[in-house]
Amino acid sequence: MSTITATAPATADVSMEQPSGLTLFLRYLRRNKGLAVGLIILLGLILFTVIGLMTINPKHAYPLSVATKKPPSLQYPFGTDFFGRNLLAAMVVGMWQTAVIGVIAGGLGTLIGVVLGFTSAYFGGWIDSTIRTICQILTPIPVLLIQVVVAGSLDKRDVTIVTMALIVVMLAWMGPTLVIRAQVLTMKERQFVSVAKLSGVSDIGIIFKEILPNLLPFIAAAFVGQVFAAVFASFYLAVLGLGPLREPLLGNIIWAAQLQGAFFNGWWWWPIAPSIGMILILASLALINMGLDELANPRVRKTE
Amino acid sequence: MNFKLIAKRLSFLVLVIWAASTIVFFIPRLSPRNAIRERFAELARSGGFAPGDIEKLIANMNEQFGLDKPLLEQYWNYLGNIVRMDFGYSLNRYPATVTDIISQALPWTFGLLLVTTILSFIIGNLLGAVSAWPKAPRWVRSIATPFVLLTGVPPVIMGVLLLFFIGFRLKLLPLGGAYSIGVVPNWSWEFALDLLRHQLLPGLALILGSVGGWVLSMRGMGVTIQGEDYVNFAEHKGLTGGRIFRDYYLRNTLLPQVTGLALALGTVVTSAIIVEGLFGLPGLGTVLNNAIRSNDFPTIYGIVLFITIAIAVLMAVLEFIYPLLDPRVRNQ
Amino acid sequence: MNLATTENAASRNPAAAAASPILRVEDLVVTYYTDLGRARALDNVSFTLEAGMKMGMVGESGSGKSTLALAMMRMIKPPGRIEGGHVWVGGTDLQSLNDEGMRKARLSKIAYIPQGAMNSLNPVTRIGEQMVDAIKSHLSGESRQAINDRCVWALKSVDLDPGVFHMYAHELSGGMKQRVCIAIGILLRPEVIIADEPTSALDVVTQRQVMETIDKVQDELNSAVILIGHDMGLMAQTMDRVAVMYAGRLVEVATVREMFTDPKHPYSQALISSLPTLDNRGQFKGIPGLAPSLLRLPSGCAFHPRCPLASDRSRSEKPKVNVLPGGRLVACHIYDQES
Repeated sequence: MSTITATAPATADVSMEQPSGLTLFLRYLRRNKGLAVGLIILLGLILFTVIGLMTINPKHAYPLSVATKKPPSLQYPFGTDFFGRNLLAAMVVGMWQTAVIGVIAGGLGTLIGVVLGFTSAYFGGWIDSTIRTICQILTPIPVLLIQVVVAGSLDKRDVTIVTMALIVVMLAWMGPTLVIRAQVLTMKERQFVSVAKLSGVSDIGIIFKEILPNLLPFIAAAFVGQVFAAVFASFYLAVLGLGPLREPLLGNIIWAAQLQGAFFNGWWWWPIAPSIGMILILASLALINMGLDELANPRVRKTE
Repeated sequence: MNFKLIAKRLSFLVLVIWAASTIVFFIPRLSPRNAIRERFAELARSGGFAPGDIEKLIANMNEQFGLDKPLLEQYWNYLGNIVRMDFGYSLNRYPATVTDIISQALPWTFGLLLVTTILSFIIGNLLGAVSAWPKAPRWVRSIATPFVLLTGVPPVIMGVLLLFFIGFRLKLLPLGGAYSIGVVPNWSWEFALDLLRHQLLPGLALILGSVGGWVLSMRGMGVTIQGEDYVNFAEHKGLTGGRIFRDYYLRNTLLPQVTGLALALGTVVTSAIIVEGLFGLPGLGTVLNNAIRSNDFPTIYGIVLFITIAIAVLMAVLEFIYPLLDPRVRNQ
Repeated sequence: MNLATTENAASRNPAAAAASPILRVEDLVVTYYTDLGRARALDNVSFTLEAGMKMGMVGESGSGKSTLALAMMRMIKPPGRIEGGHVWVGGTDLQSLNDEGMRKARLSKIAYIPQGAMNSLNPVTRIGEQMVDAIKSHLSGESRQAINDRCVWALKSVDLDPGVFHMYAHELSGGMKQRVCIAIGILLRPEVIIADEPTSALDVVTQRQVMETIDKVQDELNSAVILIGHDMGLMAQTMDRVAVMYAGRLVEVATVREMFTDPKHPYSQALISSLPTLDNRGQFKGIPGLAPSLLRLPSGCAFHPRCPLASDRSRSEKPKVNVLPGGRLVACHIYDQES
């Protein structure tokens, strides 16, 4: 049996007139509008928070600082609440704290996911079975409810921003673990790892030079997903009244508003401001997550 | 029927329930807080109890709740109780048991959950499938886009917004409660209508808040399946667009979504609970809310456990249904 | 309904078949619009094929052979576009049909058989359903019995047990799946059959079985068959004619004998001489250079950077297709006088 073989692959040197990385990225953004919009919103929120932190008085985000129950006006763009918080200040500080929780919990969750998922897939055997089984058993457990139990058991004074982040991470790491594990497993089977091994590259070398670079898009997507989940979970806990009550977390504000019957009393601006803020945060994260998913999975990419 | 498989799945179910129970058992006991003590501290503040009496009452309560026995023995009793669905007494509404409270609240939650989950699953997945289908007319496909934007709005916030715009501003629908104040429940049409009006906003909040997720995941799935060889071949065969959509595209995209439903059950149920709390419907959500506010720990733990068990069982059921839909998974 | 009456035009009139080809492709052009520029995937491809003839289509990856098949079936998707040309099957130009007309033409006039060993069959429906829906989409009036008979006939023609009707795709071997695809392809007795690498993923023994099946099927239907592949040995054994593609252009079409003993185009010559023979064991000649990117084709003749016989004319002028005596086609300046 004889076959035609070309002496070299068919795609030739396109390097000559390759447009710059930035141009390609911008062109890609034009197609992947979701990612573009998500990034824009995120940028807007970051600007709001940063400029806000520099201009407002953070003390106004706490009770008994300004006049109470004032509707939105020039002096108080978002109004004030029952306890005398300037809602604009509260929003700024709240956003910042949400970001802190999101990044800490997100980063931690991703880190755990990467380490566990990688170990599980790379070393296989009983390590793999154990980690995988634990993940599978923990997944059906409704995360929020367990977090309610944890938060409810803590002394109210112990609940701070950092403890919130830790509570949120507690049951969030299983997702990234399984995803990273699946990816590493497919890579382990693929040729380029065997080739590297045959060429004498050490195990560590393989990990860092061959596998990690290919994992980066998935790690990035997992990170954004974790931040999203963390912000979401901390928001829900706060709405239930289990957050650090003094802090102006967006969920806390809504909880307080609900407690005081804001709508019944006509103070509509009180829960609305944090709601919109939350929507923007979650929407931008969701869009970016979707966009990264598309990037990581070339088949999903639209080509025109 | 493959008994080995059934045994494996059942044991998995048991493991999940055991893990959840253990977590719920040990975590509160790790903290120095004592529910009963706190309870009485509160009471002591309002009433006038002599210090010695309080201690006696606390000791008595401890004995009643079995809190004075060694930890392992408590654990064993606890597991035994779980199997019998005995979650103990509610601190709040003693002598009502937690199980009583749950059974009263459950029908409301269950009804809301069932309707909203089915509706958002069907609507969301259909929209998502259509939006990824290149042959569908442009205007149909663009309907999906605003739904995608909804993913950023979780059901709770959706509830707040709906409350604001429709309940507060427009005063079209009631702000909360299961039925209007002063109305006595009866089997008449008027009552049924009143019930429906009160369920509408929370129902909408849940549906609108979760439908976006389905649209998105289905669209992603749709794009992947579209590129599959068999969809291509179906077109090569000269099949009509409708047939390809239904038999080659939809049937293959829906399968992973069913799995997705099983995985999302946790989120679905917890969202429902929180929205319920927001609207003051007499379901598990409001009960949980009140329990949290008044530190009624047995009720909190009981609800958490009950929901976990319910979710685990539902997941097992879905897993059993799956082979009926996907011939590749059926056992030889 | 008697299957014998639903025959294609060619077999009804053998004289007419010999005189006019059942398939005539004229100046087919396909362009892909990508982020990095425009790629000319098919550049004025033209050829003819008579009923009952088998033509093999060879070329490197990216040469355009699969694109040609897709273009003929009008299955080119964005960012690709068919930008010109005609595809005459029987008396009808497929390019002139509207969408519904083309849909009906697929499988009934021109059938595409994919690589069955891959994922071409719906994993969640039975094989039978996949055959029946093809029939129902074209012939609305057939009775259940007639549909059944047709499916049984198709399965038997490819040497498959009719019991396969009730099975699922994952229960079949690669060779069986390929034959199911062939069976589906012949259900409506098309005039032209395009088989896209039907044997590439199969072992040698199954390859032979599949090729024999295709032969048998073609004998029965008298269709024109185009076989896309890259196994020259297989082509030599089974085809009547061979067409060579390079960089989206058809560079040579000849009978099998002519192609293997006296290739005219320099690219074909290089291909044939790169094949190992019993004489020159151990010595292999490759073709220096790389096939060009379709985004930036060389000026003039696409092959000139790698052609040992390149001239100034090759560099500047795109060669037209010369028709040599005997019906041979060669797109090379060397033969400009002979045509």
